[in-house]
Amino acid sequence: MKTFFSFIKKEFRHIFRDRRTILIVLVMPVVQIILFGFAVSTEVHNARVDIVGDGNDPAVRQIVERIDQNPYLNVEAVYESVAKVPERFRRGEADVAVCFERNFDERLHHYGKASVRLLGDGSDPNTAQMIVNYVNGVLSDVQGELGAQSDSPQGAFPHVQYMYNPAVRSSYNFVPGVMGLILMLVCSMMTAISIVREKESGTMELLLVSPIRPIGVIISKAIPYLALSLVNLVTILLLARFVLGVPLRGSLLLLSVVSVLFILASLGIGLLISVISSTQKTALLISGMGLTMPTMIFSGIIFPCESMPVVLQYVSDIIPAKWYIIMVKKVMIEGVGFGYIYQEFTILLLMTLFLLAVSVRLFKRRL
Amino acid sequence: MNPNTDIIVVDELTKKFGDFTAVDHISFRVHRGEIFGFLGANGAGKTTAMKILCGLSRPSSGGGTVNGYDLNRDQEKIKRHIGYMSQKFSLYADLKVWENIRLFGGIYGLSGKRIREKSDAMLHYLNMTDLRDELVGDLPLGWKQKLAFSIALIHDPAIVFLDEPTGGVDPETRRLFWDLICEAAEGGTTIFVTTHYMDEAEYCDRVSIMVDGVIADLDTPAALKQRYGATDMDAVFRQLAYRAQRE
Repeated sequence: MKTFFSFIKKEFRHIFRDRRTILIVLVMPVVQIILFGFAVSTEVHNARVDIVGDGNDPAVRQIVERIDQNPYLNVEAVYESVAKVPERFRRGEADVAVCFERNFDERLHHYGKASVRLLGDGSDPNTAQMIVNYVNGVLSDVQGELGAQSDSPQGAFPHVQYMYNPAVRSSYNFVPGVMGLILMLVCSMMTAISIVREKESGTMELLLVSPIRPIGVIISKAIPYLALSLVNLVTILLLARFVLGVPLRGSLLLLSVVSVLFILASLGIGLLISVISSTQKTALLISGMGLTMPTMIFSGIIFPCESMPVVLQYVSDIIPAKWYIIMVKKVMIEGVGFGYIYQEFTILLLMTLFLLAVSVRLFKRRL
Repeated sequence: MNPNTDIIVVDELTKKFGDFTAVDHISFRVHRGEIFGFLGANGAGKTTAMKILCGLSRPSSGGGTVNGYDLNRDQEKIKRHIGYMSQKFSLYADLKVWENIRLFGGIYGLSGKRIREKSDAMLHYLNMTDLRDELVGDLPLGWKQKLAFSIALIHDPAIVFLDEPTGGVDPETRRLFWDLICEAAEGGTTIFVTTHYMDEAEYCDRVSIMVDGVIADLDTPAALKQRYGATDMDAVFRQLAYRAQRE
């Protein structure tokens, strides 16, 4: 036990002596969160909305007012002719046009049905979709109110509503992604590098002829990075909650348990990398190209997995980060309990056990 | 245990990797308290043999004992009772002098009080008391090696294995290092050393020369020189190493 503790103490010394690395590890989550939160935001602010239709129609006026009140939307112009819309798009003067049919108010009240058409500028599909979603949100709100006033049956125009994330805020998507990315990076890459460094410098030999067991080496290598990851986890959660306003709806305990499981899986991957690479450079390359890239792409931070070709979806299934991120989303944003994530949990648990078993066995054999 | 018995007893020790026999039925003894030179060209099998003696790998067949512990069964006990220093300089460069001492004291299970005593005595002996707070990486190579050797002895092992301890060091530093080795041997520690420098073989009480996985000869340097009609160990080594069949 004493052997073990002196060894853990040594690992912490290594980490704290290397000021630059520790700074990077501790500051990286902050930078990433802020970058993704503000710079790489997929949200659209101050989208310009044109209104096509009769500006004096009472129902139209009501809707226009509501659109203008929305912090993401600004009403730019009101005119009668749809023919003007393409010209406005081309000049870049509007992002979306909301076209009301003639006698909108009257039709709505007499027939309980009136149509609205949304024209988006498809030359920038992501932005267009986002803005159309915003406008849709406003329309369905108004629809509810109008329906309540007039007792007329609802269903005037499309009704789309996003549960859990009504404003379709992108931070809800990337915070879990960044959590997965950072934990993976710190745990796998740092563990791999710190083991390979000992192989490179020859100190590993010294440890192996000492009474400390290989499993002891592994565990004491892992503990400091486990601690660092937990610090990172807390940083990310605090930033997400108080700077970006991402809710933490589910149980913190469940989130922690899930995170520790993922950290263990990352550790297994780190060990595996340390076994197959003989220099720090190789370890760095493997974890950079082999881990970070697939994690970014397959974890749904940037691209939704569902829109990938089927083959790639299968590939994404073997990325542990994917399952972790799904669970984090469910627990953090949807606030569900263990009963709703047990499938993902089981998959990640099996992956972790497999990774640890294989890497510990290989680690022992190679040395 | 009788302190006069041999500290290493090896019988028909063999290590095979697939079809390749790295160590081929070697047998030898190392007496307690002697400096035993373990020579051989690269690829002759001395590293493999040494790994087995240190408890790092198991023999394919044959066996023996180190300090009374069986090579096949008591690997963990062997590890606890030997010291080891390798050709690559092996302390932690990013840890301070005293932190390195503490670490290895701790790894070998010394008490905190014992570690303090040991490190004070060691630093005093090495004239390094002023350097205890220096990073090991900042020390000159000669100092590092002396420190590494002393740390290898921190738990008072009966035998210490030195794997080309003076690789890449200037002659003067090598000579100072050998002074340290001789002093340790006088203190009763058995020294098992591999080296590429034949002048260092002269310091050894007895020398074995491995060629192609077998021990080609084993005797005192004086007896070997006489047997091969050579003036120095270098000539002895070259005569034996020329017999090598394999690369």
